[in-house]
Parts: sequence; structure tokens; C-alpha cells
Amino acid sequence: MDRTNENLRKEIIRESGVNPLKCMRCGKCSGTCPSYGEMEYHPHQFVYMVETGDIEPLMKSKSIYKCLSCFACIDRCPRGVEPAKIVEAVRLEVVRQQGANHLKAEDIPSIIDEDMPQQALVSAFRKYSK
Amino acid sequence: MQRIGVFVCWCGSNIAGTVDVVAVSEALKNEPGVVFSTNYQYMCSQAGQNIIIDAIKEHNLTGIVVCSCSPRMHEATFRKTAAAAGLNPYMVEIANIREQCSWVHKEMPIGTEKAIILGKAAIAKVNLNAPLVPGESPVTKRALVIGGGIAGIQTALDIAEAGYEVDIVEKKPTIGGKMAQIDKTFPTLDCAACILTPKMVDVAQNEKIKIYSYSEVTEVNGFVGNYTVKINKKARYVKEDVCTGCGLCTEKCPMKKVPNEFNLGMDNRRAIYIPFAQAVPKVATIDANYCTMLKTGKCGVCSKVCTAGAIDYTQKDEVIEQKYGAIVVATGFNPISMDKFDEFAYNQSKDVITSLEFERLTNAAGPTAGKLLRPSDGKHPHTIVFVQCVGSRCSSCAEKGKEYCSKICCMYTAKHAMLTRDKYPDTDVYVFYIDVRTPGKAFDEFYRRAVEEYGVHYIKGMVGKVSPEGDKLMVRASDLLANKQLNIEADLVVLAAAIEPDKSARPLATMLTASMDTNDFFTEAHPKLRPVESPTAGVFLSGTCQGPKDIPETVSQASAAAAKVIGLLSKDKLTGNPCVAQSDELMCNGCSSCERVCPYGAISYVDKEFRMPNRTTVVRRVASVNEAVCQGCGCCTVACPSGAMDLKGFANKQIMAEVDAICK
Repeated sequence: MDRTNENLRKEIIRESGVNPLKCMRCGKCSGTCPSYGEMEYHPHQFVYMVETGDIEPLMKSKSIYKCLSCFACIDRCPRGVEPAKIVEAVRLEVVRQQGANHLKAEDIPSIIDEDMPQQALVSAFRKYSK
Repeated sequence: MQRIGVFVCWCGSNIAGTVDVVAVSEALKNEPGVVFSTNYQYMCSQAGQNIIIDAIKEHNLTGIVVCSCSPRMHEATFRKTAAAAGLNPYMVEIANIREQCSWVHKEMPIGTEKAIILGKAAIAKVNLNAPLVPGESPVTKRALVIGGGIAGIQTALDIAEAGYEVDIVEKKPTIGGKMAQIDKTFPTLDCAACILTPKMVDVAQNEKIKIYSYSEVTEVNGFVGNYTVKINKKARYVKEDVCTGCGLCTEKCPMKKVPNEFNLGMDNRRAIYIPFAQAVPKVATIDANYCTMLKTGKCGVCSKVCTAGAIDYTQKDEVIEQKYGAIVVATGFNPISMDKFDEFAYNQSKDVITSLEFERLTNAAGPTAGKLLRPSDGKHPHTIVFVQCVGSRCSSCAEKGKEYCSKICCMYTAKHAMLTRDKYPDTDVYVFYIDVRTPGKAFDEFYRRAVEEYGVHYIKGMVGKVSPEGDKLMVRASDLLANKQLNIEADLVVLAAAIEPDKSARPLATMLTASMDTNDFFTEAHPKLRPVESPTAGVFLSGTCQGPKDIPETVSQASAAAAKVIGLLSKDKLTGNPCVAQSDELMCNGCSSCERVCPYGAISYVDKEFRMPNRTTVVRRVASVNEAVCQGCGCCTVACPSGAMDLKGFANKQIMAEVDAICK
């Protein structure tokens, strides 16, 4: 693992508060994920790739915006790894780069529909803007 | 003045790596009382012990200090060595310079300095040691086995085989335990009942074994070799010695809707019942929670049909008091509750079952007479999903699952999957696993047979969610090797639930003062070298009360525990620990503080006559220690306000001398 990756890895572990070494690779997170089909990298891969420092592909992938933040993976993980927090931390890393926002906050009202639950709105703001 | 010999052990490089052993033995040479000091590579070896024996004889040593490992490890060894050389074994002190010194320090100067200080403290203590002679206590030649599963059965049979009396206390109406509920056993696939029930009959027929079924231990007093145990024999409202086990009452009883616990509630039994055909003792039991006669006083059908006249509605719980020399704990396990695992829909669908329920569903004596049928609609399932590690290896939530591996699930799931495919080739069987763990004789071969010969689909990944949809169960899971999410439409889902110690184990441990781990498994005296003994002398461990185990392991451990019990019961007298409390009666003020803190009930108070000046006498209330019961914990010496209570071998002045030596 080169130094940049190592720093990035430490940063993501610090931000998420997740210890990927607790993962026993059971895949229950991915077995439970409702967005699985739309993700290029799946929850268990997020955990493993952060553990090994292979983080740039995750940052470049649309998968970070496909996570619904429903936290089913956090609820069901038998080891308390909390994969959704890792996804969120990777997303934050991207969002914190200047001009790297996936969406602007002001664009959001035009694309939401009226039936959307409030929780999804909060989640969307967390995901798509600073 | 004592003549003390000091022996510093290298323990290979364990001690010598971080402690300059030569410097230690040189430095300790000059301590008061020391007349001889040396060091050797392995003091516990035969050669090392000979050095000690020769030195004791040659230098007329009256006390020795061995600077080595923890006294827990080799104190007994060196005491024997001293005894062999004619020295009182309680003139031996161990300075722990391994666990508490060389293993915790990295730098030689620091390690060496500390080792010297620890050595000095031990020498200071030996200077005040006095020879001690242990007392003796008799041994009651009778053993108690708590739990009548395969572990308790095997232990009892082996003890009885050696000619000693054994009592089995079983809380259920019959012995047999979990093994009686299992259909087939891995990896040989022989029928569990066929190999268990002959053993149950052996127990029943053995003159040396007495079974207290439907009974529980309520009180334990005493100590190794001399326990007094109270057993509560619950009223079964049937005279055990009269009932012939014909079963007519269990057919005629009008109360038909009682969940049958033997079949895990998947069918019903009557209020009067015999758990299963081969039950031992084969005696009916009335379930007081359901019996109309006992609840309302109106019915009495069983009494009318019983030709033997065995029914007795007035029966009461009976407390039996019995003396034992040894106690074996064989309380076993239960699958954990699935209530907290909402994601698997166990409480939502009847077709999501646990593995033990699956055993009953495939057993010829089970609710479906051995045909694998869905509990919901009685239809034959075509797609069956097995989920492993449900609640095992689960560290996220202590209320939900268990952090440990339950050990037996990989193998029984392979068995279930294989037998299903063998009997019903039209089924699709999936097993979701995290790891397949098959260490054991012919175990991996067995698992591979399930895959290679029987075409069971083993998928690396966990099931995330089971949702009932119509009469199907939608199983969403991940296939980690294919990196795919799977959605399987299943007819039956079988959960390999983690196992936990029986709930009766914790209160029993308190009664026995036997230690447990955080999971409520009993702790062994040594995890490797004394695996069937509890640290509490006289208490032995058999089967899953000590940790998850399969049947062969349980039986081996059960026999091992029996061997230990036989070793104990074969002795006529037991040598006690002479390091017990003693009270200086002249200083005792009769306050009872020591009596109140003693965890073993070893202290009582007596009125004693003391001589006073001018030929007068006075009667005073003073503490008296039962040396056979005292375990030498020292609580009383701390509680005593007048300093009358002291511990032989660990006297206050000896401890203070050690502290002084360290602080000097």
C-alpha cells in the first residue's frame, strides 16, 4: 500500500469510526442490501477495499451514490462493522474535494417527487452535498 | 535462623531472555538466611529437581526459594521435590519471575532488578515460614451427576462400572437429553436413538445408578469428598414405583392441546404424558399447568383408566438429602432463541425452522412420522435453504447472538442437506456458509460428500433477509465468490441456531462455587491440562456445560470426568490444604465479623472457658475454624478488627515481611 492510499485509508477509518478488521467476510451486508443490483461495488467490497487501501476505485464509482443509507447492513452485521458508515466516509472524501459534488443542493427540489419520505430527503442531502 | 537455598530457573529463554539469571542468583546469595544460591536451565526437569534435593541434603537447608514461573504452574512440583528430600513442603516459596517479570518486561536491567526484588521478598517470607501438616478428611464414596443427557449417562455408567454408587439428577421426566431428539448422527449417519437408548436402559438396570428424574438440585453444602446435597423431586402425580408405563392414561386424557416440548411444540401431547417411547424411567408424568383435575378438581380420567393405581393427585414435591464425595456437572445446552432475528422471519412463518426442529421433522417418531413436510401446510418442500451461523460468531449484540463458534452446526447442516437430497432427490438444497469448519475424524470427507455426491449447493455468503410471500419464502442472500446477490424462492428455511449453556447452569455454579465464563460455560481448572475439572475441588465437568461439543467429544469428556471422579472416590482420605485460618482465642473479641464474611461457612462461634488470675475462670465467645471446610481465602483475616484471625502459611507478619523486602 503506498503512502497516499495509507493516508486515505486512515482518514476513512477515522471519519467512519469503523474498524474493517472486525469483518469476518460473511457477506450478510451484501445479502441484505436493497441497492445491491445498482452498485458496482457492494457493501462487503467497500469494507474489504478500505481494509486493503484500494479506495480510489470506490471514490470514482457511482456506487457511493447508490447507497440508500437505509442502514440495513449496519443493523444485520453480526460483527458490528457498520458498512454503511464506510460508504458514507468514502462519499465524504469525494464531496470534500473542491467541485466534486455529485449534485448541487439547489438542484434537488426539482428531482424529488412528493411521495418521497422525509428520511430520504435528509439522506439525499447527506449524500449529494456538503 | 533458617538455612535457605535459592534456585533461579532460566526456563530456557523464557526467563533468561530478559532476566540476568546469574546476576539474580549472585545477588540473592547475600540475603539474610541464604546459605546456598544457584541457577539452572530448567529447574522443573528431573536434573533441576535433583539439584534442589542434593542442595537440601548437602547444606542442611530448612527452607528453599525457587525463582521460576507462577506458583500455579509448579509450586506443587517443587513442594514434592522438597518432601522427597525430607523437607516440609510448606517451607518452599516460589518467586514468580516469569509471568510477573520476564514476560512483562522487555529490557534486561529492569527485568533483572525486579527479579532480585521478588526473590528478596520470597526469602523474607521463608524466614518466617513454619512447617505445616495438612489435615485429613474422609471421602463419601458416592457421586452425583447433574444432568441426564448423553454426557451424564456416560459419566454415570463409567463411575458405576468402577463399583461406586452414582445418582443422576435430571430435571426433565426422562433422561436422554438432546441426543434423544436427534435423528441421525454425523459423520456415520447411524440413528441417534438406536445408539442412545441401549445406554439409557443400561443406566436404568445398573444397580449402582439411581435416577432422580423430574428433580433439581436446590442446595449444595460441604466440600470435596463431603458434599451434602438437597434434591427437590418434583411431584409428577404418578407413583414411580407403581406405574408400569403402559401409556393408557396418555391416550385417554381428555386434555389434548398441550404443546409437546419433545417435538419442540410442533405437535401436541396430553396433560399426562411419557415424553417418548423409550423414556427412562418409563413413567407417566402429569403436567400440573394443564391437568384439569389438578386445576379444577374435576376429571380424574387417568386415575380411572390406570389399572395399576399409580395416579396420585395429592403427591407433593419431596426434598431428598444425600451425601456425595464428588459432583459432576452435565447440564448441557439449548439452541438460542430466534426471537431477536427478525430478518429471518422465524416468528412470521412456520416454514422457517431451527435445525433441532428439522431433526424432529425428519425423525420417524416426530410430528410428521419422518416425512419432511412443511409445518405450515404439510406440503413437500422442493427448495430448502439452510442458513449457518445464525447467532454464532455474532459480536455485534450480546442480546442477539453469541461471539463464539457453536462448533456443531457445520456438520449437522451438512448431514441435514445430505439426508434431504438422499431421501428427496427432487429437492434443491442450498447451504449458505461463512466458513465450513470440519476438523474431526472423517468430517471433511463427509462435507465433501454432501457437495460432490449429493449435489448440495454450498454458497459462500450469508442470507440477509427472508420474507414470506404467499406460501413461499423469498430468501435474499449474497454469493460472495460470484459477487452476486441471490434471490431464492424457498419452501423451507432452516436456521442453524447457535447453542448456549442451559439456563440452570448459572444458579448451579453459584451453589457449587464453581467458576463460569461470560457465556455461562463452566471454566476448567486448566484449559489444556485439566479440561474436565472445575477449579473448585470435587466438581467435575462433562459435556457441553464446559463448551460447545459434538457427541463423540462429549462422550470422551464424560468418560474423562468419570476417570477423575473414580480417582477421587478411590481414596479413603483426602489431604487438606494446611494453609487455613486460625484464630488466636486470647485476642478474639467475639464480634462475629469473620463468620459473616466467610464464603464457605467455615467459621462458627463457641463459648469457651478461660483461666483468669487467682484461680478464676471466665466464659468467652470465640471464633472456631473448621479446617476441613476453610479454603484459605483470607477474607476473615482482613475483617478481624482485633487481629486475632490469621492464615497459616500466609500470616500477616509474613506478608508484611515481603512488603518490607520489596520496599527496602
